[in-house]
Amino acid sequence: MATLQTRSAARLMMTPAVLMLFIWMIVPLAMTLYFSFLRYNLLMPGMEEWAGTLNYRYFLTDPAFGAALVNTLLLVGGVLLITLVGGTLLALLLDQPFFGQGIVRLLVIAPFFVMPTVSALVWKNMLMHPVYGIFAWIARTFGLQPVDWLNNLPLFSVTMIVAWQWLPFATLILLTALQSLDEEQKEAAEMDGAGPVSRFIHIVLPHLARAMTVVVLIETIFLLSVFAEILVTTNGGPGTASTNLTYLVYAQALLQFDVGGASAGGIVAVILANVVAIFLIRLIGKNLET
Amino acid sequence: MGSITLEKVSKSFGTTKVIPEIDLEIADGEFVVFVGPSGCGKSTLLRIIAGLEDATSGAIHIDGRDATREAPAKRGLSMVFQSYALYPHMSVYGNIAFPLKMAGEAKSTIDDKVRSAAGVLNLTDYLDRKPRQLSGGQRQRVAIGRAIVRQPKAFLFDEPLSNLDAALRVNMRLEISELHHQLKTTMVYVTHDQVEAMTMADKIVVLNAGRIEQVGSPLDLYRSPKNLFVAGFIGSPKMNLIAGAAAAKENATTIGARPEHIGLSKTEGPWQGTVTVVEHLGADTFVHADVDDVGPVTARAPGEFLVKHGERVFLTPDAEKIYRFGADGDAL
Repeated sequence: MATLQTRSAARLMMTPAVLMLFIWMIVPLAMTLYFSFLRYNLLMPGMEEWAGTLNYRYFLTDPAFGAALVNTLLLVGGVLLITLVGGTLLALLLDQPFFGQGIVRLLVIAPFFVMPTVSALVWKNMLMHPVYGIFAWIARTFGLQPVDWLNNLPLFSVTMIVAWQWLPFATLILLTALQSLDEEQKEAAEMDGAGPVSRFIHIVLPHLARAMTVVVLIETIFLLSVFAEILVTTNGGPGTASTNLTYLVYAQALLQFDVGGASAGGIVAVILANVVAIFLIRLIGKNLET
Repeated sequence: MGSITLEKVSKSFGTTKVIPEIDLEIADGEFVVFVGPSGCGKSTLLRIIAGLEDATSGAIHIDGRDATREAPAKRGLSMVFQSYALYPHMSVYGNIAFPLKMAGEAKSTIDDKVRSAAGVLNLTDYLDRKPRQLSGGQRQRVAIGRAIVRQPKAFLFDEPLSNLDAALRVNMRLEISELHHQLKTTMVYVTHDQVEAMTMADKIVVLNAGRIEQVGSPLDLYRSPKNLFVAGFIGSPKMNLIAGAAAAKENATTIGARPEHIGLSKTEGPWQGTVTVVEHLGADTFVHADVDDVGPVTARAPGEFLVKHGERVFLTPDAEKIYRFGADGDAL
């Protein structure tokens, strides 16, 4: 695309796609913004009226909002921590040559292909159930009191479920990064007297930094909007103990039929996502530059 | 002190024997070059000495001490890799300091040693740069710097110049030779380029298919190659190897004559041939000719020798410098 003519032709060709994407984005955003300033309740159709900033004041002063905000950040942070640490360790393990490597790699990646609702149901009924769950059986085998995971540790349980789903993604990205590490560099470090631990800290980790950045950025986008796992397992409860921002917006709109308040929550969530994005790009985006 | 002795060292990958039993002595302070065509096992041999590969059998003594089962870092050798293997996220300073840091030396000692190594290698102005901001030659020097700060018993070079362009290669060749004179440390150098071997080595080890074909000083190998392989490998352009009637006249299966030992004339000589290609290098002229009843022969004439493709020339091999080889390829 060197000449003036090809450049303007390219612009012309791209215009429909760009316009389409722009409309796709701006119409829902504008409507949400508009609704967020209305008194709009599904139980009273046709009675919408201008409400000013009432919805925002209502949503932001709701005690559930503070809890949801903290839960959202804890959930995202917790899952990121587990997937990064676990993913790195698993990638190191899978990078070793061993018998049945192909099968094991496939098994490790499998959770990523399970739908969120399905995996949440499996965890809820087969693993974490206080009566017939496997964890309860293990606890009883050792003579311990089974834990009622979803009631006593709801946010932790949801974090575990989501982390289980995202661990394969982190492992896959980090494994490919690990395999691209120059063999001679490792050998050079070995000759330079670096033991396995120093080699990991000084050679492998810096090499993985960029892949980790990618994992953090992509996972954060998806983890801010975790919903199905919460709906299926805890319904955001007990109380608001496992309610995140996404679930709070859902509850506002479809359990309390308050579309105006939910829209205000949606806008708050958009702002939060942008704050997190700016923060992340400032913090680790420089890793993506060459 | 840095003598290295290999005793009956062999290496197999699975059932393939890459290196049959090899014995080799490398004296302290010697510059030894392993040379051979690609795939001849020279790099594997170097990696066995370094400890990056285990020898299947045999023993390696470094400085008289048995090092066969020692970890690479314990052997007190340092290695310069073909890809340089610099640490991309560390500055030049960090790269050179890394082995010292791993050895747990004090900060001030590290600083002194890094700066003096950088001084030797003209890297002082680049200490803050990252490897990707350096040219090929500078990267090469950083890799050498990383090797010399540890003051190893011996340096191992694995084809260190093959990623450089021709002009730089000649320069670095001189620099490495100079470094050897300065440090007087044992150096083991692997290359497939016989010019590098001839110009730098105190002792050349010619390898072929894992076997040592001949060991000797560059001129020894040039003057008296033990067999056909060494004869064809050492010297540039290659020695002319002629079989058939011309060889039978000398009571040999094959005879060899180096291009520089064949006289060229436009008027007289025992061999007559048609010129196929002429290469004018200024100082020399290489004439490739198709000699009647002998086959293709390359001859080297000093200075300018003006012939053209298709012309007839006469060649006179120097009778005293004809090499004779038997049916098994060994020199007679």
